Amino acid sequence: MAMESPHVTAEVIEASEFPQLVAKYHVGGVPKVVVNETVEFEGALPEDRYMDQVLKAAAPPDA
Amino acid sequence: MPLIPVDDQSFLRDKFAKELVNPVNILLFTQHDTPSAIPGPECMYCKETRELVEEISSLSDKINLRIYDFVADAEKARQMGIDKIPAITFDGDSGGRVRYYGIPAGYEFPSLIEDIIDISRHSTGLSQETRESLQKLDKDVDIQVFVTPT
Repeated sequence: MAMESPHVTAEVIEASEFPQLVAKYHVGGVPKVVVNETVEFEGALPEDRYMDQVLKAAAPPDA
Repeated sequence: MPLIPVDDQSFLRDKFAKELVNPVNILLFTQHDTPSAIPGPECMYCKETRELVEEISSLSDKINLRIYDFVADAEKARQMGIDKIPAITFDGDSGGRVRYYGIPAGYEFPSLIEDIIDISRHSTGLSQETRESLQKLDKDVDIQVFVTPT
């Protein structure tokens, strides 16, 4: 997604090396995805539902 | 002992020869190995991550590796949005917006290989619909995916 839009940053984080982030985001299972610190989900999602989560994170909070 | 088994190396060499189009620059942010008497900032897999990307870049003339020191090259790290190490990113179109923090082993290894190929070909496997939605995005979105190597 980051390759398709200049607005998207995609970070893959190896959990065992960054325990402070695991604690911060309450990572229980993997994969765990956190979008803009506001939307999060665990497990793999089909592409269209993944995109829905990204759009949800991009939407203004009162929308 | 290479980190990538010899059989996998020849598989990847063929795959890169067939699928890479444009050159890809891998940017690795790491720390210099310090003698144990002078401990540097803790970095669990910096050494192995460096070996891994060195091996990957040796498998194709189209893959270039640039190694930066997180401390000495702090300005470059800031520019590319790198805030921890080891970090792998790429320049070009995706300009530092695709990042791997920690060693890309296990399931992440094939993801990294696919990203290298996508970057080289300027194309992704995303559907037309997803790409259209992404092109309409007008706000910044930061996606963090937590993984483990196994």
